[in-house]
Amino acid sequence: MINKDQWNEIIEALTANWFRTVLTAFGVFWGIFILVILLAAGKGLENGVKKGFGDIATNTMFMWTQTISKPYKGLPKGRRYNFKITDVPSIRQQVPGLLYISPRNQLGGFGGANNVVRGLNTGAFNVYGDFPEIIKQDPITITSGRFLNYGDIDEKRKVAIIGDGVKKELFKPDEDPIGDYIKIQGVSFMVIGTYTKKSNNGDREQGQKEIFVPFTSFSQAFNSGDRVGWMAITAEDHNSITSLKKDVIEVVKTNHTIDPDDDRAVGNFDLYEEFNKVNGLFVALKGVAYFVGTLVLLSGIIGISNIMLIVVKERTKEIGIRRALGAAPWAIRGQILLESIFLTIVSGMAGIAASTGVIYVVNAILDGMPDTNETMFANPSVDLMVVCIALLILITSGLLAGLIPAQVAIRTKPIDALRTE
Amino acid sequence: MIEITDLHKSYQMGSNSLHVLKGINFKVSQGELVSIMGSSGSGKSTFLNILGMLDEADQGSYTLDGVQIKNLNEKIAARYRNKFLGFIFQSFNLITYKNAIDNVGLPLYYQGLKRKERNERAMHYLEKVGLADWATHLPNELSGGQKQRVAIARALASDPKVLLADEPTGALDTKTSYEVMELIQGINDEGKTILIVTHEPDIAQMTKRIVNLKDGLIIDDRRVEQVRAKSYV
Repeated sequence: MINKDQWNEIIEALTANWFRTVLTAFGVFWGIFILVILLAAGKGLENGVKKGFGDIATNTMFMWTQTISKPYKGLPKGRRYNFKITDVPSIRQQVPGLLYISPRNQLGGFGGANNVVRGLNTGAFNVYGDFPEIIKQDPITITSGRFLNYGDIDEKRKVAIIGDGVKKELFKPDEDPIGDYIKIQGVSFMVIGTYTKKSNNGDREQGQKEIFVPFTSFSQAFNSGDRVGWMAITAEDHNSITSLKKDVIEVVKTNHTIDPDDDRAVGNFDLYEEFNKVNGLFVALKGVAYFVGTLVLLSGIIGISNIMLIVVKERTKEIGIRRALGAAPWAIRGQILLESIFLTIVSGMAGIAASTGVIYVVNAILDGMPDTNETMFANPSVDLMVVCIALLILITSGLLAGLIPAQVAIRTKPIDALRTE
Repeated sequence: MIEITDLHKSYQMGSNSLHVLKGINFKVSQGELVSIMGSSGSGKSTFLNILGMLDEADQGSYTLDGVQIKNLNEKIAARYRNKFLGFIFQSFNLITYKNAIDNVGLPLYYQGLKRKERNERAMHYLEKVGLADWATHLPNELSGGQKQRVAIARALASDPKVLLADEPTGALDTKTSYEVMELIQGINDEGKTILIVTHEPDIAQMTKRIVNLKDGLIIDDRRVEQVRAKSYV
């Protein structure tokens, strides 16, 4: 397509005025540099914030009971109620498309009193009565032993899985907790597993200080009967929990004789909605990055177009000579276009290379920082796709930048061009 | 070689129409060396531009080497210029950032010749004008006479039918002018048809035929006894 002679022509023309060529190229260099850096920064922020969600299944809602705020069917307002274990099959039956419904009971909580004893050590921990599915909704990593299974549920085994934080407080460092017993509110549970958990919304310490016991054992040991404290409900991947939330709450309201219009009776937190909000934020951020980056790039391109116009003006006579010597219009037009594209691509590539270099350095610095969990910024990067898009933009814009000057170059008649002194 | 009948050309200057060429009949045969003279405003440059296909006539016919030159689009005009014509300008019009050999090779570049062949031919013509040693020099390293000789080599490079020279000695001192004219005479001796626009009588005397233009008409067309430039040098 482009032979050696054309290359020579381009190089000759561009090197004829070095300083100006470099200045012009800088506009595009800067534009693409800003674009890539902005996109990478957005990605870094996104990675950082999303890391806060840990491995938690994001298509999940949490649901708990609150005071009923409306009288209904002869019942007064101000009542309190509890979810029952029977709510679970009834939700399961009436709301299709749910993946997991995990009823949970809980002891302790923030600032709770010491509730767990082992030998001379005591500690205050969150104790959860759970079904085995919970590990899929709020993932933890089992470091030794095993997690709960349905055998534990069915036989109401008094077994417990403890976090690293719990182990640290109750056991000596060289002790193996597996098979040993801890006393939770006076009831002995055998430790069958230990876990560690990835960060959860910055409260990393707290996440390691939890104890999981079978739901049924919890009910029996701590007298919660068929009551359920709260539920974690995950929808199947193809539909969002946000769209199913209403149905779930409706079922609960029917089961507990609550006015369908009572918005306060069922407390809930829709993680998916939150996640989507955050996601939406990053989509917007990406949009802004593209917008700003493209505009900066555009001004660079206008710069190129502008300079090419000046170059064409300056070279009017040369173009006239060339045409007098037999250069067809397309030979002239082609040369201007090629010069413009060449300049754009070279400076654009330099911009991409430089920004990638900066990203690399930032990554190296971030990796070197002690606890990356505390930062809201992680692993800024641009994917190959973005680079390809940028390149495409460059070629197109180089073409566009050259188009007007090329047209100007051949619009002048050779005779007029030659007359210019 | 060149046959022109009833050529008219006018320029639109705002609301006024300026009639520059008012019916020119002109014939040049192979191997002639013609000078076109006239005061400024006589239309001689316009005439040369039309001959050079840089401008188009409003009316009249123009035949060059048996080819009717009419209704040219820029692409065809460019090809004809490349094939039929060699231009020599008063201000040399060399491309400043190309060295002598590349300047001479430029018409060949637009013919699509490979670099190697281009350079061989360009070198041949540079030798012919006596500048082989200056092949790699840029125009600003050459004297005026040398520049014009490079330009002549360039005009010759595509082996055109006709050389058109617009005041070729206008920017040169007398001595250099005669050297250039000597070169042009030499080329003419080899059979090339050459047209020179000039306003210097001594230069015109070195051609074989003088055409006088006045107010857009040929008022005088006579053959002259050629003065060899060599006798002055």
